[in-house]
Amino acid sequence: MIKNISNLGDAALYCDFGTEVNKEINRNVINYFNNLRDSNFLGITNITPSYNKLVISFDLKLTSFAKLKKQVENLELKKNNNSKNNLIKIPVCCAEEFALDIKRLQKLLKINEAKIYETFFSKNYYCYMTGFIAGMPFLGDMDKSLFAKRLETPRVKVPKNSIGITEQFCNIYTFESPGGWNIIGKTPVDIFDNKKNTEPNLINPGDTISFYPISKLEYEKKYE
Amino acid sequence: MKKNMNKNYFEVLRPGINSTFQDNGRNNFYHIGIPFSGAMDNRNFLLANTISNNEINNPVVEFAYQGPKLKYIGENISINVTGDVNFKIIRKNKNLEFSCYENIILENNDCLDILSTNRSVYGYLSIGGTFEVDYYLNSCSTNTKAKIGANSGEKLKKGQTIHLKNIKKILPKNKIEYLNSKIENIRIIKGPHFDYFSKDAIDSFFSDEFNVTKLSDRMGIRLKGPKISNIKNTNIKSEGLVKGVIQITADGDPIIMLSDHGTIGGYPKIGVVISADYDKLVQIPPGSKIKFKEINLKDAETIFKLYEMETQNLISNIK
Repeated sequence: MIKNISNLGDAALYCDFGTEVNKEINRNVINYFNNLRDSNFLGITNITPSYNKLVISFDLKLTSFAKLKKQVENLELKKNNNSKNNLIKIPVCCAEEFALDIKRLQKLLKINEAKIYETFFSKNYYCYMTGFIAGMPFLGDMDKSLFAKRLETPRVKVPKNSIGITEQFCNIYTFESPGGWNIIGKTPVDIFDNKKNTEPNLINPGDTISFYPISKLEYEKKYE
Repeated sequence: MKKNMNKNYFEVLRPGINSTFQDNGRNNFYHIGIPFSGAMDNRNFLLANTISNNEINNPVVEFAYQGPKLKYIGENISINVTGDVNFKIIRKNKNLEFSCYENIILENNDCLDILSTNRSVYGYLSIGGTFEVDYYLNSCSTNTKAKIGANSGEKLKKGQTIHLKNIKKILPKNKIEYLNSKIENIRIIKGPHFDYFSKDAIDSFFSDEFNVTKLSDRMGIRLKGPKISNIKNTNIKSEGLVKGVIQITADGDPIIMLSDHGTIGGYPKIGVVISADYDKLVQIPPGSKIKFKEINLKDAETIFKLYEMETQNLISNIK
C-alpha cells in the first residue's frame, strides 16, 4: 500500500511504497498503476511506475495536488488487475562481438564465461518497470553470483538491442544510447517498435522474461 | 495524382540547429519510456497558432538559436513567427523586415530566413494552414531519441520538402504586441530528496549563482556552480521524473529535466521548478546565470493561475 503521498513540484504526486526493491512492493505499485489507468480521474497526464514509487503527473489547469491526492487515497482497488502478466521469451546471441564486457565480467566475478551464461539463462526475470529511454525494461533479479558494478566510465554509445547487467538487474537497450551496464549479448528482437501505433512495447511492467541463447547464424536469420 | 495536389510546400535550404515539428505534446506514455515532448515554450506555441487562426494544437516548427531558411512554393499563405526572433523574407532579391507576432503574407518563390533567436533559445513558425506531418501516439511532436513523431522522428534536414495542406483562403491579419520577459530567479518547490544534502549545500544552492552550460538541449539544462554535496547517497533507486525536476548528479552538479527528458532517473531530486516559470526557464540561453528561490505549493498554484490568466488574456487580445 502507499505509505505516503507528497507533491513533486506543483503538478505531480509522489507516491511512496517503501524503500526496498522486491516483487511484492513492485506488484503493489503496478496494481495502483493499472487501477489509476482505468480511473479516468480528471487531469492526469502521465503515471510512471518504478521499483517502489509511483509518480502521477497532472495538468495544473484541470486539477490540483490536494484534489488528486484525495482521489488517489480513496481509490478502490480492484484486485487481480495484473491480468496481462505475460511470459516473453527473448533470444540472445552471445557472440564475442556482441558480448562487449564478458571478459571484464570473468575477471570481476571470477567465474568463467560458460558458467556466467549458464547462470544467466537458467532464471526467469521479472519486469519492474520500463523507461528511461523508450521501451527499456528493468528486469530482475539476477543470481547473486552475477552481481557486478556498472562500468566506471559509461560507454558513449551502447549498441541498440544489447543485453546489459548490473547489480541485481538486467536490461535491454532498446535504442543506441549512452550507458554503463555490462554488455553480455544482443537480441535480434526489437523490444520497442516505433512503427506500431498501439502498444509499441514488447515488455511491460509485471511481465516475466526468459532469455535463451542463439547462434550467430540464427541471429542473422532473425534479423532478416 | 496525389503528388500534384501537394502544390504548396517549403523547401529546406538550411535546416537550422535544432528545428523540429512540435505540438502540445504526448500524454500518458511515461510508463513506457516516452517523454511528454511538445513545444518547449508553451505560451509562444499557443500564441503562434492563435495568430494563425488555427486549432490550438496544430503543428508548428520549433527552432533553437538559428532557425531554418525555407523557400516557399505555392499560393499566397499567411505565416507568423513567435518568440524573440530575428528573421527576414527575401522577395525578388529584396530583403524585407517583419516583426514577430504578426501575420505576414508569403508569396510564391519567397524565401523565409529565420536568422536567430535573440538572448533566448526557442522560436516558433506557424502557418495559416497545416504542415502535413505524421502522427504517432496522438501527437506529431518529434522525439529525435526514440525517432518518433513528425518527419520520421528527425530534425529538419537540408533539401527536404515540407508539404502544406488546408491553406486558409482568407488570410488572417491577426497580430499582438508582446514582449518576452526574462527571468534570472527560478522559483522551485522542495523535492523528495532535499534532506540528502548538507545544510551548507542547501544554503549555497539558494544563495549562489549557477551558469547555464552549453550541454543544454530539449532533454535538459546542465548547470555549473558550487558543488552540491550529498550527505546520504549520490544514487537512489530509479524512479519517475517530471518536467522541471532538478536532479543533482554524483559530481554535485544540478541538471534540470526538460520536455524530452528520460522518464526515470536515479539521482536525488533537490527540487522542482514551478509550472509558471517553465516557459521562461527553457528560454534561458547557455552562458546565462540563474539563481534558485524556494516557494511553497500554495504560492506556486496561485502564481500558475495568474500566469494562465495572463496567457488567456493575451490570446483574447489577438486581433
